[in-house]
Amino acid sequence: MKILVLISNVPDTTTKIRFTGDNTAFDSTGVQWIINPWDELALTRAVELKEAGAVEKITVGNVGRQTTEPTLRKALAIGADEAIRVDAEPEDAFFVAIQLAEVGKDFDIIMAGIEASDYNGSAVGGMLAELLGFNSVSAVSGLNIENGELIINREIDGGSQVLTIASPVVTIVQKGIAKEPRIPAMRGIMMARKKPMNVVSPVEAKAKTEMINFELPPPKAACKLVDEENAKELIRLLHEEAKVL
Amino acid sequence: MDFELTEEQQLIKDTVRDFAEREIKPVAGELDENAEFSYPLTKRMGELGLFGMTLPEKYGGQELDTLSYIIAVEEIARIDGSQAATLAAHNSLGISPLFEYGNEEQKMKYLPQLCTGEALWSFGLTEPSAGSDSRGSKTTAVLKNDEWIINGSKIFITNGSADITKGCTVQAVSGEKGGKKIFTTILAETGTPGFTQKTMHGKMMWRASNTSELYFDDCRVPQENLLGKIGEGSHIMLQTLDGGRLSIAAMGLGNAQGAYEMALAYAKERKQFGKPISKFQINAFKLADMALKIELARNLLYKACWLKDNGKPYGKEAAMSKLYCSEIAKEVSDEAVQIHGGYGLMKDYDVERFYRDQRLLQIGEGTSEIQRIVISRLIGC
Repeated sequence: MKILVLISNVPDTTTKIRFTGDNTAFDSTGVQWIINPWDELALTRAVELKEAGAVEKITVGNVGRQTTEPTLRKALAIGADEAIRVDAEPEDAFFVAIQLAEVGKDFDIIMAGIEASDYNGSAVGGMLAELLGFNSVSAVSGLNIENGELIINREIDGGSQVLTIASPVVTIVQKGIAKEPRIPAMRGIMMARKKPMNVVSPVEAKAKTEMINFELPPPKAACKLVDEENAKELIRLLHEEAKVL
Repeated sequence: MDFELTEEQQLIKDTVRDFAEREIKPVAGELDENAEFSYPLTKRMGELGLFGMTLPEKYGGQELDTLSYIIAVEEIARIDGSQAATLAAHNSLGISPLFEYGNEEQKMKYLPQLCTGEALWSFGLTEPSAGSDSRGSKTTAVLKNDEWIINGSKIFITNGSADITKGCTVQAVSGEKGGKKIFTTILAETGTPGFTQKTMHGKMMWRASNTSELYFDDCRVPQENLLGKIGEGSHIMLQTLDGGRLSIAAMGLGNAQGAYEMALAYAKERKQFGKPISKFQINAFKLADMALKIELARNLLYKACWLKDNGKPYGKEAAMSKLYCSEIAKEVSDEAVQIHGGYGLMKDYDVERFYRDQRLLQIGEGTSEIQRIVISRLIGC
């Protein structure tokens, strides 16, 4: 089986978010970029399946400019066999899905993180399945391959669900798909430099959404301390200021 | 001049940082408190390929440059001095002389298992009465009937007596020429009759690393356990210490970086007189001085690595790096404790451990005083 793991290049989760151009663009100055945490877990599971002999090849795919290559190189160091980068600015989820549909046709399993930690769109995986005509299953927290059959675990309200599904399939994965993201070994880092980084041109596509502007959440109000004897004042504040009563 | 790390060096830095934060940080305080050597962490460092990083692949190495290795030590030391000590000593003192001076048979016999972290190797130089004056060594090695017979003792030997210690490279007096001692290095394997390894306890610092006393009592090893040539011991020792200085410097740099980050975070959070203490000029200037010292230390150390990687002489810069990085670790961790106030004296705060761990760095692998002698000689005094 051949797996394509979709890799989003996102700002480190501890990044202090700023905007430029009158709040119309993300300010990437000084930002450290990482593999989207859900994608990293998906890749880890793919590597585990390959080590168990259930998968023959792992490809990682991304839509982005050359600046995303260090992130893809890390994915190769973790254990992917090759990378495909569609050389375009990822304008919106639809645009990204169109591009990935072009490169994702020949895979048995496509793994997409349930969302990317920057825009939290949760849209690419489903769109991609539709565009490719693949089966798709979301909120996947376990993926096993036994005798060529895909066995999937899903977390559902109050329990979990086990199902089998025919490939080709897009699995939209969440936490639990792997225990911890794999830390690449030095040998992996060394080998990554020799693995193929295939750069392909984008196909004609038009974004369906347009970013108007961003807003930061309002700064947290200062904490008000109420004397323990003064329950009345606490109730007044909860009622009149916090308006929760 | 290019001050950028390569994409690969940056990935190594991020990877080792991730490992140290995820796997070492949660247990470092407890291991230190219990003075417990961590076999699982040593195994993990081996799995990640942190041992033998600069060695060729055929010996189990990763074929990386010196700077990549130094960055790895720095990143581990940013979180924990003890694990950094295990890593630096095994690479610079255990693996390095075997690789540089071992014959092919010796390399193939020892290096692969030392690179996976299944086994450790130590370097026996310091003796109870021979520290800075290494020529005062009294341990002897006599060649008799195709065997070296070793007698004497060593002290403060890192990785010398762990359960997985495979052996030690022993510096011994093998004779005399013109009234001067001849030094020879010999490989002594754990389990050889007459070779006793004893773990030292009661350390102030690096409490989760393995420090040992070694005793040789008519310890007989085969003649082929000679490392390098007879009489080459001083040269092997000096070359090994040159490389070792870079890793001790990296430990100083990492310690300073870790202590500084803790102090900065604490100063921004801790409020006194109605504002964060980082807003008081006296603390802000302290933090600025820390950042400055760390920047200077990193530039000096990375330059020394660059010289080594480009086949240029680096002895002077290695000594300068070792001296400077270890001394700023002392200054930075001291001020970091000061910024933490009373909390900095408590074991609940990692900065307390950093303050203790840095203290070895001005003493081990050539004291600050010896580094100044080395530098002064190299500048022609």
